[in-house]
This record gives sequence, C-alpha cells and structure tokens, in this order.
Amino acid sequence: MNLIVIGVNHQTAPVEVREQFAIPEARLPEAVKALASQPGIEEAMIVSTCNRVEVVARTKDANANLHECLETLYGFDPYPYRKYLYEYRERDAVRHVFRLASSLDSMVVGEPQILGQVKEAYATARAVGAVTSQLDALYSRAFAVAKRVRTETAIATSAVSIASVAVELAKKIFGNLKGKSVYLVGAGKMCELAARHLMAHGASKIYVGNRTYERAAALAAKFNGEPIVFDQLYDTVDRADIVISSTGAPHAIFLKEHGEKFLSRRKNRPMFFIDIAVPRDVDPQMSKLDGIFVYDIDDLQQVVASHISDRRAEADRAEAIVQLEVDKFQGRMQTLDVVPTIVSLQEHLETVRQAEIDRVRGRLGTLTPEQELAVETLSRGIINKIMHTPITTLKSAARESSESTTVIDLVRKLFNLRDSRKPASEEEDATLSTKSEGRR
Amino acid sequence: MPLVWLRVAVAFYAVGLVYSLLLLGKRGNLLAKVVEPAVGFGLIFHFVSLVEYTVLIGHLSWASIHYSESLLAFVAMVVFFIFFVGYRTTSPGIVIFPLVFILTFASAIGQKPVTFTSPALRSSWIFVHVVMIFTGYAGLFLSFGASLLYLMQERALKAKSSDGLLPKLPSLQTIDDIGYHSLLFGFPFMTFGLIAGSVLAIAKYGPFFFTDPKILLSFIMWIVYLLLLYTRWSSGWRGRRAAILATCAFVIALGVWAANSFSRVHRFPPL
Repeated sequence: MNLIVIGVNHQTAPVEVREQFAIPEARLPEAVKALASQPGIEEAMIVSTCNRVEVVARTKDANANLHECLETLYGFDPYPYRKYLYEYRERDAVRHVFRLASSLDSMVVGEPQILGQVKEAYATARAVGAVTSQLDALYSRAFAVAKRVRTETAIATSAVSIASVAVELAKKIFGNLKGKSVYLVGAGKMCELAARHLMAHGASKIYVGNRTYERAAALAAKFNGEPIVFDQLYDTVDRADIVISSTGAPHAIFLKEHGEKFLSRRKNRPMFFIDIAVPRDVDPQMSKLDGIFVYDIDDLQQVVASHISDRRAEADRAEAIVQLEVDKFQGRMQTLDVVPTIVSLQEHLETVRQAEIDRVRGRLGTLTPEQELAVETLSRGIINKIMHTPITTLKSAARESSESTTVIDLVRKLFNLRDSRKPASEEEDATLSTKSEGRR
Repeated sequence: MPLVWLRVAVAFYAVGLVYSLLLLGKRGNLLAKVVEPAVGFGLIFHFVSLVEYTVLIGHLSWASIHYSESLLAFVAMVVFFIFFVGYRTTSPGIVIFPLVFILTFASAIGQKPVTFTSPALRSSWIFVHVVMIFTGYAGLFLSFGASLLYLMQERALKAKSSDGLLPKLPSLQTIDDIGYHSLLFGFPFMTFGLIAGSVLAIAKYGPFFFTDPKILLSFIMWIVYLLLLYTRWSSGWRGRRAAILATCAFVIALGVWAANSFSRVHRFPPL
C-alpha cells in the first residue's frame, strides 16, 4: 500500500499557517472528492480540525509527491509552507493514523473529540467515494486501536481538556468565577464543553450568540442561558466576563476597536477571550489593550503542555499498543501485497504444466486411469517442489517491508509473470507524468 | 459674621465630603437624597459669607489667602452645580466635594486661628494627626504595591508564560481588590489627618503655613490620591494607568517625607 500522510498540525505550524490550510466543514465533501479524483491518487481523505489539517492518500506510485495535489486543492503553492508540513509514508503513515485516532497526537493527549472528528472525516470521505478499499481497512483498524487504547490505558480518564485549561486561566484573572458570566459565540461542541466547565466552577450566566438563532436557543436552553440574535453580538458581548468564540468565520470578528468599546462600556473591567476557532475569531491586536486577555488555541496548548508530564506514563503505554498494532497491520497489508504474485505464479506454472501434458499426450497414446493419475501426480509434484521455495521466500519477505517489493519483482522477473494490474498502472503513470509536465 | 456663615457652609460641605467617600466605597446611596440639598445650602451660606466679607472691607480683596481659598471653593461649587443642572449627575462631586471642603475649612479656621487651651490637648491633636496620616500612607503604599503586582500578573498573563511568579501570585481580581480597598481605606484617614495637621499649623504659625513646601506637597499628594480613587471609580482604571498614578502618589509621598528637612513648619525634633 502506497500510503502518504501530509499536513500541518499544532506542533508543526502556528495558527496563522493552519488558517491557510483549514477547510471549512461545508466544503469538505467537495474537497475530498476533488482530491481523490486527481491523477495518481487511488483513495484520499482529509481531516480538518482546529488543530490540524491533513491529507491522507493512497497513491499508485510509491514515490508520489502530494505537493502538486495540494496546490490544486488550495489554489496556492504550498512550497513556501514546506517547513510547516509534516509528511509520513508507509509504516510511519500507518502509525500516524493510529496515533491520531487514539488521541496521542492531540494538543491535549487523550482528549476524546479527535476520534469523533476523524470518524466524521472518514464518513465524509466514504460518502463521496474517496475512501473505498485499503484506506477503509486502515481506518477501521485505527478506530479499533483507538478503542483499545481508551480501554486499556488511563489517558482518556486523566485528560486535561481545553475546557479545564480555560477554567484555570479564568480563575487566574477573575479569582472566583462565582457570579461571572460567559458568552458563547458559536454553538459548537467545544464551546459547550468549555461552558459546562465554567458553570461547574461557579459561572452563573450564559449567553449564546450564533448565526442560526435556533441553535443558539437550543444550546442556551441547556444552560438556562440567554440566546442572542447574532446581529446584536457587538452590543451584548461586553456583558460577559468570559467570551468563548468558535465560529467558522473566515476573518476575525472581534477587532481592537471593538475591544476598546467593550472596555469603555465595562468601565475597564477585564475581559477574557478564549478563541478556539481556526481561523481565529479574535484579532491578536486585541490583547494589546489593557484589561483584555486573549488566548487562542495555540496559547491554550502551551498551558496544556505544562500539565502533560503526569500523563506521560499512560501515553507511553498507549504508544506501545499503537506500535504493536502497526506491526500487525503492516504484516497483514504486506501479506496482501504478495498474494497476487503467489497466485499468478501458481497460475503460470499450472498453465505450463497443462500445456506440456497436452503436448506429449498424443505420443503417450491412450492411458489407463491409473496412468493418467500417475502423470498428473508426477507433474504436480514437480511444480509444487519448484514453487515451494519462491512462495516461502515471498511470505517471509512480506514480513520485512524493505525486502518485499524487491523479492516480488525478482520472482516476477524470474518466472516472467505478467500482473493483470501492472500494465494498466504503468499507462496511467505515463499520463500522470505528461500531465504534470504540462502543468509546469 | 461672614466667618459664621462660612463655618455653616463648611458643615454642609462636610456632608458632601462624607458622601463622596461613601460613593467611592460603593455605598453612595446612603446619602444620595440629602447630598444635593446639603451642598446647595452650603453654597448659599458660602455666597452670603463672601458677599458680607466683600461689603465689610469695601472691595474685593485678593491679598487675603483665606478669601482666595473661599472664592476658589465657591467657583468650584458653582461649576459643579452648572454641570449638575446640565447633566443631572453628582459624580464630579467625588472630586469637587473633598476639595471644596478642604479649601473652605482652611479658610474658615484660618481667619480666626484656633487656640489650644492646654498643651495636652495640642499633643493629642498631634497624635491624631500622625496616626491618621500614617494610616493614610499605609493605604497608599499598599495600593502602590498592589498595582505593581497587578502589572506583573497582567504581563505574565499576556505573555502566556506559566513559569516564574505567576503561579504564586493571587488572581488579578484579588490583587485589584486589595489595591482599591486599601486606597479606599486610607483616603479618609489621609483627609482627616491633613485637616488635623492644618488645624495644628494654623494655631501655631497662622495663615501662611499653606505656602510651606511640605504642606503644599502634602496637598498635591492628597489631590493625586483623590484622582487615583476617582479614575478608578469613574472609569475603572487599572493596571498600567493606575500604576502610573500610584507611582506619582508614591513619589510625592517620598517628597513629602524628604521635605521635613527643609520645611519651616514641619520638622521632626532632632535626635
């Protein structure tokens, strides 16, 4: 399987860069479909969350380069961003997919949202036919691994969520959260979670502003809060001490001049903006104002990082599980790789045997059933003896990923095997290279 | 007679002073109903006193420091009332009332200096003066310290650094409360301490004590103190701006202390 993962995440790229690559939920199906239909790509999937955007693809060519696909996908040249991109292939890619689903690659290790997000991305890709066979197997396995990690280690139970980090910071600013009010801008899951935490620590009033008023009303009802018509956002936000923003807006919705107005209306009482949206909702200039504190998703990560050490032991155990699963999966996938060769070897020798028997049959004259059986057994025996070593070699080579392709190629060459797939893919490779040259 | 009217006015203005102190402590509604008529009556008596005084000496006297103080206070009150009529708000009173009170008070007692009937009475006044002023200083210093801590904590939160002092400091709100409450607590002490000091000084040196550098600095410090409270109360100044003002007050307070060495009227006895 020629698997490639390429992307940006919270560790490799600052939020400014991730904003460039983010794909809004509404555009995702179309984007995955477009990606999967690009030449050279067999299957594809895109995971786009606030912390990462990554493309997972199975290509025809083992040395395929996804940069051009990214360029087509985004309409800009990703080359200037290459230092922010991570790229994994084959075994490393499998490992990455497993780690991601198991929440080991998350900003907050063990947080549960990522699995849901990957599952959604997978469902989207399947729905548009971008994931069909091998990626399907990969992700089914990944979800099983995630489940195993969750049940066998304690990383999920001790997860420090973004929400609890938000609470901790709010306490640094406001001391006691009693009587403080919270304004949710956007009615997403993360918002809800953070609000729940803040309420649990004493925050008393919740406002919910959302573009779709019904969603705002539904979320507000859960907290006994007050839904706000989105048009009144700027007139009402200053009522709250803590603002959690997670809209899908392409540009910042809170600018410095808004902040100045809020402060004067609040008589300079501090305000805390928690911006979990990517692209960001709060202009970074805002935090230049005295009394306004802005934490974006990256800042929260830094705080989270300081909590990570106590979960390291559990995370290590989880990593071990992932490693084991990667080995198993790779083993299976590579055995799958050699199967076609073994089959065509068997078919090839069987054809040779049949042809030889047909050729000499005339000279043998009529044979008794016993003689017939003897010829059959003799010829089969010879073939099986000949096939034995190549097949065992293939099978053992399958377990050593570095050798398998060499051995497959060698066996094919020695026996002059023609793969039913191979000529077709060579043709397509040729068209791919002419096309990409044309593009240059 | 003008002195009597002035003293009546001072009594009314005292209501304004107490009102502004209460307002700063967010208990303003206790006196909200009486403060307007009280300072209104104060203004009327003040006016009568000024007119009588002018008639008595036959012309406007700019030379008399008491007259100037009284006139300045009167003009301040008139401006206050113009604003009050225009905007129906007593909030400038937070600054105006204490200022007017101090000015008219100084004018009222300065025209006919108080005499202490016994040394014991005088030394107890000195005691009251010193204790109150020092308590006022303590409030100011505490607030100054708190505003510096506030700045540090604010910086740390903005820098998003989780190391250093940040984890050990109390929350921003707590620091802020400490700073504001210590200011609030110290201000009345500072005010009455200054009044007690004025009474002592007028009794001993007569009206010209006001021109002494130590006394002038003290009043400037008091005004900065008042400004600190006012900006905090009216527009919630915190952090950087509050720290700058508090630093000013602190520096002036140091100046006041240092002024002991060249003040004519206020010196510590040599050791």
